[in-house]
Amino acid sequence: MTKARTNTEDYVRMYRQMVRIRAFEDNANQLYLSAKMPGLTHMYSGQEAVAVGICEALTDEDRITSTHRGHGHCVAKGASFLEMFCELLGREEGYCRGKGGSMHIADQAHGNLGANAIVGGSMGIATGAALSAKRLGRDFVTVCFFGDGATAQGLWYEVMNMAALWRLPVIYACENNGYSEYTKTEEIAAGSLTARAEAFGIEAHKVDGQDVLAVNDLARKLVERARRGEGPFFVELDTYRYHGHHVGDINRDYYRSKDEEAAWKERRDPIVNFGKWLESEGILTAEELVAINDEIRAEAEAAVAYALDAKYPDAGEVDMHVFAGVEHALPYIDGERT
Amino acid sequence: MTREITLAKAVNEAIAEEMRRDPTVFLMGEDVAEAGTPFKVLAGLVDEFGPDRVIDTPISEPGFVGMAVGAAMTGSRPIVDLMFGDFLYLVMDQLCNQAAKTHYMSGGKLKVPMVLRTNLGATRRSAAQHSQSLHALVAHIPGLKVAMPSSAYEAKGLLKTAIRDDNPVVIFEDKLMYQDKAAVPEEAYLIPFGEAAVLREGRDITLVATSSMVQVARQAAETLASEGISAEVIDPRTLVPFDEATIVESVKKTSRAIIIDEGHRNFGVTGEIASRISEKAFYHLDYPVQRMGAMDVPVPFSPALEDLTVPTPDAVAERARAAVRGELADAA
Repeated sequence: MTKARTNTEDYVRMYRQMVRIRAFEDNANQLYLSAKMPGLTHMYSGQEAVAVGICEALTDEDRITSTHRGHGHCVAKGASFLEMFCELLGREEGYCRGKGGSMHIADQAHGNLGANAIVGGSMGIATGAALSAKRLGRDFVTVCFFGDGATAQGLWYEVMNMAALWRLPVIYACENNGYSEYTKTEEIAAGSLTARAEAFGIEAHKVDGQDVLAVNDLARKLVERARRGEGPFFVELDTYRYHGHHVGDINRDYYRSKDEEAAWKERRDPIVNFGKWLESEGILTAEELVAINDEIRAEAEAAVAYALDAKYPDAGEVDMHVFAGVEHALPYIDGERT
Repeated sequence: MTREITLAKAVNEAIAEEMRRDPTVFLMGEDVAEAGTPFKVLAGLVDEFGPDRVIDTPISEPGFVGMAVGAAMTGSRPIVDLMFGDFLYLVMDQLCNQAAKTHYMSGGKLKVPMVLRTNLGATRRSAAQHSQSLHALVAHIPGLKVAMPSSAYEAKGLLKTAIRDDNPVVIFEDKLMYQDKAAVPEEAYLIPFGEAAVLREGRDITLVATSSMVQVARQAAETLASEGISAEVIDPRTLVPFDEATIVESVKKTSRAIIIDEGHRNFGVTGEIASRISEKAFYHLDYPVQRMGAMDVPVPFSPALEDLTVPTPDAVAERARAAVRGELADAA
């Protein structure tokens, strides 16, 4: 841990938010394994310090774009368990009325412009949001989360070029968890990622993505500078994905070893290590840490129980929300006047 | 007051009027500012609105279309200029996976009020990658609206409606018609989506034509009229939404229909409209609904070949005569 103690409340909130993400993911994984969740999902466990370190530097006005591995970003940006679990289970009370699911969860009220199931698919959206802020004279900053795999998409280089040309308030946050789906990143990425951003004249940083204070410290500085018009920025965050590419990717010895996974979990877990630091600094006692974990786990389990019993959308909703301002799309596209 | 202006001028006026009315509207694309596009459609807009609202982009179609999606989600109303319709293939993910689905996937929480202006049309001797008419591609995707102006009048009214729409709208202009003039009111007006225009009334056959093919159908109707065949000409004006009722009612009256569209015939707009007529006016039909689209080949460069690929007034008239005579060329 890198920083001396300055703000107890912030630290406790960061710890809680990381625990919330882990608790959410553990429950989501169980829902999948017990066949209670339709489809599949991608676990964020292990990467909590990235989402929390960055989102704790943002306001609700600030925007993020998220990824297929997006539950962590969603929780960190302020979403509630209840509406998230309802969404994962396709229920009417979900953030997207069950129409998006795990890979498209969006939370407009907290500035989350949505997860995206196309790898790198939100890079244009994030950069466009930053263009909107600049053009409309609004001071929100946009953080574009993506993984190392997305750095292979051409779209990133197109939008970085424009973001740099027009000095847009966007921060590209690359969560390098070492694996591009089922392939080691070193097998798909030539050269260095930071050098790619630097080629556009974009200031690039590399930070330990398991250290929430280091991430937050850097994020605060960059967000404020982006707000002042000094963006864009690029940050590469070294982190690790505890689960497979998705919840069903269980036998993964062919691309990474159990020893490697165990080493990260034992030595570099962002929650355990931050908890130890909070204890050593006298901010929280061991009992308080346990109490926080218990309380959040109970909240997550209650939300799951609620969501499992929650109502599915009515069949009549299937052609709603296709178009803004049109109640039902099917008669509309056939020319029925409204 | 009405005056005659070109389709290019009509587009320019529509954008200028909406940019004056709404400060959140802005324009972006390749060579849209000082150059005013290769077709000079946007000439002068940068002088009035400045480079912050008329933004020249790098040649990065997926990048700037994706940025338009994000800008639209956060309070702006971008108009994106896609220089050639053929470049749609470059932007399909941003348009079809992102823009089209965002409102639905978010359960109605996020809106994408953006306009993608592009063009269609062959016979400009531009060969296979600058001549395609790809509107069927986007009309296939739920969540996108698709407008097909057939004259300066429609171009202005439909574009203004598109800019005010809260959804992604793709509008296709016929690049061969930019210098064609039509009567356009000086006063502001809008053309609502989903309302076809009956351009000529007739008894014997209905010619449904889109965009560039409207003038082809009108010329064919003139020829047919001189032979005593009365053709009704209908321009749907938008594909999504589609004014099915006006077309079905017309065919119930005429009992025959030819659909003319510059997209490829195979699996395209003509087949879709023909199918709707067959479903909704089956007992009224005296003749199989005919489809006339671009020939199902890549658009060739040589003028001697290219001109063979697009429906002509003569070909439409010939098909109409056969229909009225009841000659079944293909039926078993």
